[in-house]
Amino acid sequence: MIKETLFTLGSLYRDDLRVTGYRFGSGEHAACIVGALRGNEIQQMYVASQLVRALRGLEAEDGILPGKEILVIPSVNHFSMNIGKRFWSLDNTDINRMFPGYDQGETTQRIAAKLFERIRGYRYGMQFASFYMPGDFLPHVKMMDLGYQSPELGFDFGLPYVLLRTPRPYDSTTLNYNWQVFESQAFSVYTTATDEIDERSARESVDAVLRFLAARGVLRANSFGPGEPSRIVTEGELVAVHTPAAGIYRRFFVPGDRVREGQVLCEILHPLEGDTLARVVSPVTGRVFFAHHAPLAKERGVVYKIIRE
Amino acid sequence: MSIEQVVCVHLPVDEQMRIQKLRLAQEGPAQGLRRLSVVTGTHGDELEGQYVCYELARRIREQPQLLRGIVDIYPALNPLGIDSITRGVPGFDLDMNRIFPGSEDGSMAEYAANSIIRDIEGSDVCIDVHASNIFLREIPQVRVSETTARTLLPYARELNCDFIWVHASAPVLESTLAHTLNTRGVPTLVVEMGVGMRITRAFGDQLLSGIFHLMHSLGIWAGEAPDVREPIISTDGRVSFLNAPTLGMFVPTATHWENVHAGEIIGEIINPLTGEGTPIASPVDGLLFTLREYPLVYEGSLLARVLAREEVRA
Repeated sequence: MIKETLFTLGSLYRDDLRVTGYRFGSGEHAACIVGALRGNEIQQMYVASQLVRALRGLEAEDGILPGKEILVIPSVNHFSMNIGKRFWSLDNTDINRMFPGYDQGETTQRIAAKLFERIRGYRYGMQFASFYMPGDFLPHVKMMDLGYQSPELGFDFGLPYVLLRTPRPYDSTTLNYNWQVFESQAFSVYTTATDEIDERSARESVDAVLRFLAARGVLRANSFGPGEPSRIVTEGELVAVHTPAAGIYRRFFVPGDRVREGQVLCEILHPLEGDTLARVVSPVTGRVFFAHHAPLAKERGVVYKIIRE
Repeated sequence: MSIEQVVCVHLPVDEQMRIQKLRLAQEGPAQGLRRLSVVTGTHGDELEGQYVCYELARRIREQPQLLRGIVDIYPALNPLGIDSITRGVPGFDLDMNRIFPGSEDGSMAEYAANSIIRDIEGSDVCIDVHASNIFLREIPQVRVSETTARTLLPYARELNCDFIWVHASAPVLESTLAHTLNTRGVPTLVVEMGVGMRITRAFGDQLLSGIFHLMHSLGIWAGEAPDVREPIISTDGRVSFLNAPTLGMFVPTATHWENVHAGEIIGEIINPLTGEGTPIASPVDGLLFTLREYPLVYEGSLLARVLAREEVRA
């Protein structure tokens, strides 16, 4: 393993921001894995750190195939993480909306440019990502449907679902999108949590990435189990369940649970009087893919996403 | 005159999030009347449009007999953001001006965005008033994309702004309110002026003269059309960006909205801990139309934009 500072950024009164990469093996730029791009992506950094640990062990056992190099960057925006912010500390911009970056531009454009310069050109690009709404996911791999890659590649992670997303305009500045534009096979790996560490889904995610690397001929042997059979799901197949009322949210199902049509998924309680204002029932029979996590819910909020079965 | 509700969503604890508009219309049936929509407050830290909305309503209400159509004023598309000095929608990660046209089935912000678009559709013209953010000060300007320039420039010239910036199109801008309305047949002009978290009355008055001029041209206002200035029109190629070459506190020495010469010092980045300073010079002769307002800078922070002299008209 080679530990190196990929780039630094100075600050007037704070320590330098140092972005650290861990290289394993040497030769073809086979795979790059990026952890936290945002300050609250604690789980994403944790998963990447556990991957560094696992790869260090595998490298010592000659588990990386000759001529293959893997780069892991556990955290990019720990400047924000250290002060409890999600986005960039000064101007609140999101590094993951700045790719491919611009080396003559604003600070976060420059951070994105410096990072992208070091990570583009890898055959496979993987990012541990987080969602823009508070909630828990069934671990899955998301791919942007730009027509550049085969969704079946995602099966090699051995996670139950490969989610295909038709990009929206605001996706065009994300890391995943730009990796693909620059001809990497790009995947966003979603674990269950973001702000908190979930050990079980962290282990699943580390195993999924190792399984993928073994299947793609980067690691020597697949000793990480077969994983689960994967199925491709488009975003259009996810049934969004909204709350008809606002208040205290009490949920009855978590990601991975199977639910029947008509079953009560959650309740909304009057925040001041405690009575039940609404019971939200499942419109379909299926498996919970996403579940709202916060204790409060707004009217019309998306509280569940269910894969119809 | 009526205050109408565009969006209403219950928040968790005993509060409704309401997006409202003021409708000012001439007496009689509304059918067939021309309609101007003026919107602002998508970004909660941009307040320059607040004065414009107030003064537009006040002047029309002062002489309602001169109104020959409908003027809809939307002063706060992001009311929770304005109330909490939050640029985006509190509790929602995405910039509200990156989620249009929204969706009926989406999150609260996406639902609100969709309702706003449906409400404005059918207007003859829409003006979307932005301030800069808290970091930069801008002269009154209209920004139009290259793809909409042919349609929008005639309207933009009437708005009494000093500068029309015809910028390149980008995929990420396809989800703005202006792009969405332009693609749906509502000519929509984006005005940028002033600085975040502040109201610059002179800029507001300047734009108001333009709005009344445009209303007159549209046949919505029977009063006099104020004179408007001839704007500078430029594409991206003439705009020079000055980004901070180092970190520190930026202290400007040049005056915003003045001409500067190539090599002229416009400010200094100082380091109060070491006593060192780095002078910042203009790269070109031209008009200093953007100047940093917030002093703290990292490497890359935008300090200024200068419109090269070739495009500056006397």
